[in-house]
Amino acid sequence: MAETAASPTPAKTPADKDLAVRTSPAGVLRDAFAAGSLAGTVEISELPFLTMVGIRAAAGSDAAQRIAAVTGGLPARSGDVAGNGDTSVLWLGPAEFLVVAPTEAHESLGGSLIQSLRDALGSDAGQVVDLSANRTTFELTGPQARSVLEKGCSLDLHPRVFKAGTAYSTEIGNIPALLWKTGEESFRVFPRASFAEFLGRWLLDGMREYASPEVP
Amino acid sequence: MLLIPCPNCGPRDETEFHYGGQAHVAYPENPNELSDTEWSRYLFYRSNTKGTFAERWVHSTGCRQWFNMLRDTVSYDIQAIYPMGAPRPDRAGTTGAESGTASLAADSTTTGTAAPSTSGTSLSSTTAAPEGATK
Repeated sequence: MAETAASPTPAKTPADKDLAVRTSPAGVLRDAFAAGSLAGTVEISELPFLTMVGIRAAAGSDAAQRIAAVTGGLPARSGDVAGNGDTSVLWLGPAEFLVVAPTEAHESLGGSLIQSLRDALGSDAGQVVDLSANRTTFELTGPQARSVLEKGCSLDLHPRVFKAGTAYSTEIGNIPALLWKTGEESFRVFPRASFAEFLGRWLLDGMREYASPEVP
Repeated sequence: MLLIPCPNCGPRDETEFHYGGQAHVAYPENPNELSDTEWSRYLFYRSNTKGTFAERWVHSTGCRQWFNMLRDTVSYDIQAIYPMGAPRPDRAGTTGAESGTASLAADSTTTGTAAPSTSGTSLSSTTAAPEGATK
């Protein structure tokens, strides 16, 4: 693809893998994201190829407790994010969770996370599914990030309600997406791969007004 | 737009939900013994209630869980949210008078509108409306 020459993936992975040939769902927008970002106001970038694992395990079951031991806990209710270190677990439903981990945690790059989750589930009822290619990740940061998201998200994103360290499954720009507030002015948006380009352009459009001086 | 209180996620916009039709439509005990008419009654015939109506919803962009809702079809007032499989909260104490929607009774799908509750908000005034079997 067109961006193979400028892949952002650092070459710190097994040498026999040519990671430059990977194409992220919003890879075509990389230049547009760079051009549309406004330093100190609102910036957008794609964090491609994060490792994501879908978990299904009934809360309180033995399997859930074993999985929680691997991930550093399972979130208990809507909005909660559990995890330790760079592995996080987002609440998707009463018995459904999404593990988000760095690219290097994927088993194709030598990571052991997914296999240890499979081992934790064992033969019990539930699921551990590699969903790394299911969604991509946008990072939206800056003082105006919230107002960009508010243009297309009906959740109350005010800091008194939407705290840093919580994540919700909702709609952004009419797209089903996960919204994870990772810091006071930083959000991660997880659209499914087929919606990524649309939502990326939608967010860029929402950011355009901040490039102009405020109308008094 | 409705603001629907999901039992797992709290109040969310209606666009995050999908409608699942009338609640408490029991699957026939012996489907093979039904006539075509009875089977079609089960498959296709639903109440068209004016007033309090029990219906199923799923929070498809959120927790992806189903739940039941009592909603007033006139005022759109959401009166109750309760789990799948639970009896209608406004029907507690009334038993035996209801029949499944596979019933051939002439009024099984039509009299839901015959005696609409004009008060709209009073749950007790609608207890006679036939809404299909309660599980």
